Amino acid sequence: MPVIRFEGDSFVCNDGESVLECLRRNGREIPFSCLSGVCGTCILRAIEGIPPSTSQASLKDTLRAQGYFLSCSCRPTSDMEVALGDGVGARVPAVLTAIEPLNPTVVRVRARAEKPFDYRAGQFASLLRHDGLARTYSLASVPGIDPELEFHVARVPGGAMSEWLHRDAVPGMRIELLGPRGDCFYVPGNPDQPLFLLGTGTGLAPLYGILRDAIHQGHRGPIHLFQGGLTRDGLYLVDELREIAPAHANVAYHPCVRDADPADPLHGAIDEVAQRIVPNLKGWRVYLCGHPDMVTMMRKKTFLAGASMKEIFADAFIPSPKVS
Amino acid sequence: MSSVYEQLGGQAAVEAAVDIFYRHVLNDDRINRFFEGVDMDRQAAKQKAFLTMAFGGPHNYTGKSMREGHAHLLKLGMNDSHFDAVAEDLAKTLTELGVGQPLVDQVLAIAGSTREDVMGRSA
Ligand SMILES: Cc1cc2nc3c(=O)[nH]c(=O)nc-3n(C[C@H](O)[C@H](O)[C@H](O)COP(=O)(O)OP(=O)(O)OC[C@H]3O[C@@H](n4cnc5c(N)ncnc54)[C@H](O)[C@@H]3O)c2cc1C
Ligand code: HEM
Repeated sequence: MPVIRFEGDSFVCNDGESVLECLRRNGREIPFSCLSGVCGTCILRAIEGIPPSTSQASLKDTLRAQGYFLSCSCRPTSDMEVALGDGVGARVPAVLTAIEPLNPTVVRVRARAEKPFDYRAGQFASLLRHDGLARTYSLASVPGIDPELEFHVARVPGGAMSEWLHRDAVPGMRIELLGPRGDCFYVPGNPDQPLFLLGTGTGLAPLYGILRDAIHQGHRGPIHLFQGGLTRDGLYLVDELREIAPAHANVAYHPCVRDADPADPLHGAIDEVAQRIVPNLKGWRVYLCGHPDMVTMMRKKTFLAGASMKEIFADAFIPSPKVS
Repeated sequence: MSSVYEQLGGQAAVEAAVDIFYRHVLNDDRINRFFEGVDMDRQAAKQKAFLTMAFGGPHNYTGKSMREGHAHLLKLGMNDSHFDAVAEDLAKTLTELGVGQPLVDQVLAIAGSTREDVMGRSA
C-alpha cells in the first residue's frame, strides 16, 4: 500500500483511501468541504510522486503542471510526498463586516480580506471558521466596484456553517478564505455576445456579480437574467435588479416563482420561462448556478437549445456530505 | 496519402463535430436513453474520445477497454440497431459539416470496425 509523506511524517494509505482521508485519519487537519472534487478546499501539492489524473481533472493547466491536486479525489497507487500548497493553498485572513437578511432564509455576508485576494465576480471561495470548518460560497461582489467581498448564504436547517452565519456570527469575527476557484465569470473581449444567466436560490449570488461586472466592463450585447425560487419569499434583491434593467437597455430581468398562484405575474417554472423568452441559444454564453439537479437539467436544455458546450459555464452548489 | 483523421482536420474537426454529434444523439429517441443521467461535462470528453477514434485519430483504447466500457449498456439492452443509429448520427454530423461522401464512408468503416468489441462479441 502506498505511503504518504507529509510534513516529515509517513502514513500508510489504505486500499481505496484518499490522501485526504489518510491524513485526517492520522490527525492532520486538512480543510475540506464538498468531497466531490469540485470546491477545491482540500487542494494539496505533490512534491514527489504523480497524482492520479482524476485528482487534477478540474484544475487549470498551470496548477496541474505544478503538481497541485485535490486530495479528496486522490487515491494514490504509489508513494507520494505532499504538502499544503503555498500561494494557491494559502489562506487569506479576513474579517466579517456585515451580516444582513436579504429574505427570510438568505443573508448577505460581507467580509474584508486583510491580504490581497484576487478574484473575478462569480468565482467561489471556501470560508474557514476559526475551528477549521470550511464551506464554499460564491462571490457576489465585483472587484473594482465593491470594496468588500460579498456572499449570499442560504440557511440550511441543521447546517453547520450556514446556521452559524445566520445565528451566531457577528461583524468583527475573523475568518479565513481559500481560493478563489471556478470558471463562472465574465470574460471581456466579446462585448456583443448575448449572455444567458440563470440561477435558483442563492445561485443568484455569482450571477449578481457577473451581471454587474459585465455592465461595469461595458458589455453591449443582450443580457438576460433568470432568477428562480419556489416561493416569492425565496427570491431576493428583486427591487434592486428591477432597477438595473431600465437603466441598461440591453439587460432583461426575469424573476420566476414556481409555486406561485397561476394569476401571479411571476408564476412559472424557470426552465419553461427561459425557453419561452430565449428559445434559441446559438451563439450565446450561458451561466447556470444553484441546485445541482437544476444545473444538470439546464445544461442539457441550454445545449439542446443551441448553446455550444464550450460556452456553458455552471456552478452546481453541491452540498458537503455528512462525515463522521 | 494522409490519414482520414488528418484529412478531416484532426483535433479541430473533433471540436467542430462534438456539439453537433452530441445534439443528434440526445435528440435521437432510439438511443438517447443510454445517455440519460450521464454528466454532460464528463460526457463531452467521452464524445471527443469517440469522435477521435471514429476519425482514425490517436487514442489509447483497446478492444478490451471498448468491451468493458460498453458492457453495462449491453445489460440495458443495447444491440446492433443502436450501433446503426450511432453510425447514422455520425454520418449526418459529417455531412452537415460538409465532409464529402468518400471520407464519410471511410469514417463509417473505421467506426464499424469496433462493432464486435462494442457489442461484446469478440473474444
Ligand atoms: C461551488 C459551490 C458554490 C456554492 N455557493 C454557495 C452560495 O453562494 N450560497 C450558498 O448558500 N451556498 C453555496 N454553496 C453550498 C455551500 O457550500 C454549503 O453546502 C451550504 O451552505 C450548506 O452548508 P452547511 O454547513 O450549512 O450545511 P451542512 O452541515 O454541510 O449540511 C447539513 C445537512 O443538510 C444537507 N444539505 C446541505 N445543503 C443542502 C441543500 N441545499 N438542500 C438540502 N439539503 C442540504 C447536508 O447533506 C447535511 O445532511 C456552494 C457550494 C459549492 C460546491
Ligand atoms: C461506433 C462505435 C462506438 C465507438 C467507437 C464508441 C466509443 C466510445 C468511447 C471511446 C467511449 C468513452 C469510454 C470512456 O473513456 O469511458 C464511449 C462511451 C460510451 N458509449 Fe460508445 N462507442 C461506440 C458505440 C456506442 C453505441 C452503439 C452506444 C449505445 C447506443 C454507445 C454508448 C456509449 C455510452 C452511453 C458511453 C458513456 C459510458 C459512461 O456512462 O461512462 N456507444 N464510447
